[in-house]
Amino acid sequence: MIFQNAIWTVSLIGMGLVALGFLYVILQAGKPADDAASGKAQRTSAMLQRWLFLALLALGIGVSYTTLRHFPIPLQHSPLQAAQVVDVVGHQWTWDVSKTQLKMGVPVEFRVTSDDVNHGFAIYAPDGRIVIQTQAMPGFTNKVLYTFDKPGTYKIVCLEYCGVAHTAMMSEFTVVDDGGRS
Amino acid sequence: MSSLTLYPEEEKLQRGERAVFNLYMVSALVLFLLFMLLGLTMRMTQADWTDVSATLFYRIMTMHGAGMVGTMSLASTAVMWFFLRKYVHLHLWAFLTNYVLFLLGALCLLWSVFMGGFASAWTFLYPLPVRSMGLWSINTAALFMVGYLLIGVGLLIFYLDAAAAIIRRYGNLGRALGLRWLFGGDIDPEHPKAVVASTMVIIANSLGVLAGAVVLVMCLINAYDPQVALNALVVKNLIYWFGHMIINATIYASVIAVYELLPRYTRKPYGISRPFLWSWSLSCVFVIIVFPHHLLMDYAEPRWMLVMGQLVSYAAGFPVFLVTAYGVLTNIYRSNIRWKMPSMLAVLALFGWAAGIVPAIIDGTIRVNHVMHNTQWVPGHFHFYLLLGVLPMILTLLYHVSGGHRQAARNSGIDKGSLALYVIGGIAFCLAFLDAGRMSVPRRFAIHLPEWLPYDKAGSIAAILVILCMLTFAARVIGGLLKAPVAGDTGGASQHVDPPNMAG
Repeated sequence: MIFQNAIWTVSLIGMGLVALGFLYVILQAGKPADDAASGKAQRTSAMLQRWLFLALLALGIGVSYTTLRHFPIPLQHSPLQAAQVVDVVGHQWTWDVSKTQLKMGVPVEFRVTSDDVNHGFAIYAPDGRIVIQTQAMPGFTNKVLYTFDKPGTYKIVCLEYCGVAHTAMMSEFTVVDDGGRS
Repeated sequence: MSSLTLYPEEEKLQRGERAVFNLYMVSALVLFLLFMLLGLTMRMTQADWTDVSATLFYRIMTMHGAGMVGTMSLASTAVMWFFLRKYVHLHLWAFLTNYVLFLLGALCLLWSVFMGGFASAWTFLYPLPVRSMGLWSINTAALFMVGYLLIGVGLLIFYLDAAAAIIRRYGNLGRALGLRWLFGGDIDPEHPKAVVASTMVIIANSLGVLAGAVVLVMCLINAYDPQVALNALVVKNLIYWFGHMIINATIYASVIAVYELLPRYTRKPYGISRPFLWSWSLSCVFVIIVFPHHLLMDYAEPRWMLVMGQLVSYAAGFPVFLVTAYGVLTNIYRSNIRWKMPSMLAVLALFGWAAGIVPAIIDGTIRVNHVMHNTQWVPGHFHFYLLLGVLPMILTLLYHVSGGHRQAARNSGIDKGSLALYVIGGIAFCLAFLDAGRMSVPRRFAIHLPEWLPYDKAGSIAAILVILCMLTFAARVIGGLLKAPVAGDTGGASQHVDPPNMAG
């Protein structure tokens, strides 16, 4: 499943559960409750709240462990030892990219910086979806490590607003497979 | 504990108070509409339905962002003032000063953007304000920053007065927050939720505004003396600390309206509890330290800050889901609630807040941020909790107050119909953004590719619906606010609500 679609599905489920909770209570809200029913509702509510707390806590810990165990950003102050290295410099409103042909299946280190304002360095796959991004900042070099698993023409799109021609700040590179096909 | 009386005597606005409150709220409603129209212009430009140049688009974008954040802040401050003044002695001059400085600041922003051509987005990320490529001058950028400073100073004056008043009444801010009851002891059932929430807002947002003031002064010095070079990452941290705080403070200040008013419509006490005090104390800490989740794609940021950004984003959801939203649901469950505009808006507001933070929390995950950062996913989630959360919180109070002169909140078929359409339009508007985020459509793009246009068109239609409904709300509320109390009326005198289950 495409990662963005998974995120969208999980979000819809989460928002849907919130909506269902509200709808259920709204449908009950117009009904009166006597003292006995109120007391029972209060006890049930307190128990449910505790279970919800535990469930969310377990979910939070589980997701945090899964997503942070292998930290998703490479170390910035040590060599990454990638076989392919690309230097990227953002300018208002162009990209300087040191290599425009890369090999599939071989790790690439992008060293991204800017010589003027903040830019956003995002790589769009041939299907039009983002695969990875970082910020291009003046005075800093952000290192991205990525291994392409599909050949084709990839786009570099600026995702940090950088002035009037921000939209036009795009570039391209190709990823080729072992046979040299893109 | 908040009153169950619909219009209690202590809430009555005196003549001067009424004038200032109306100034705040009428201005806010007019500005909301104006800035919504700017937003619609942007969506229609992206949809290729209007022809707006990129130069003008980015000016509109800058004004829409700065204007909406400022107006949310203005209106939510009025919500906080309205309830806090019942419990502590606030000076009207401080409240009025905030309004005057806001207006002066807003004039600076408007002049800078529409006369000077400033278009650096509301986040004014250094060094873009001083690197316009000839599109605006240094003086114009400085005017924009001075506008922000004026608005910030106004807020700080109001907060200082409120903090002094709280300390006079409760001894210190910790006691007002209820820290002494976190680990035990008998909680004073009369301790007002409005005081707890206001104290949290004062502490957190004062820090945020101060961070903003520091970075604005740094940027102003740099603008006129570039030799005083700034560290772009430090500046970005301070800007997002300020930006995150000021917009989040609007939620925490506005939710006071729900705490105070909802029980009056459910006729069910909504008492203070230990989990409530824990949630507000923790929220105070979380909201101050969560800002690095805006910098997850700044790999140069210290790693511990990125981890903190993700973890605190998750943790910040607990108080919202488990205490505030859950508390509201518990309060309305089988309450025989009177479904009037304020109560409907209050429930909508909590839904909007709770549902809107789901995609926000998910985006706080570094792995998710890799593919969602600065796409339309971001305006998708923040519009959700602002449009369907904060704005309804503010309208909850306004609908309640605007019916004060006749002791009953406005509640006609027009109001209810508009609310239903507002919910449909608001959800559709936000889902169009979120779905576009799924497709990696960038935010802040003046021109869109043909394959992105369906999302823009759907968003534009939904935005038109939202604005028409907002126009109805504004007209109804302003009409009510400006209506003088009728002769012999106490202008908000007490009307005791029947005890639970005894009234239809």
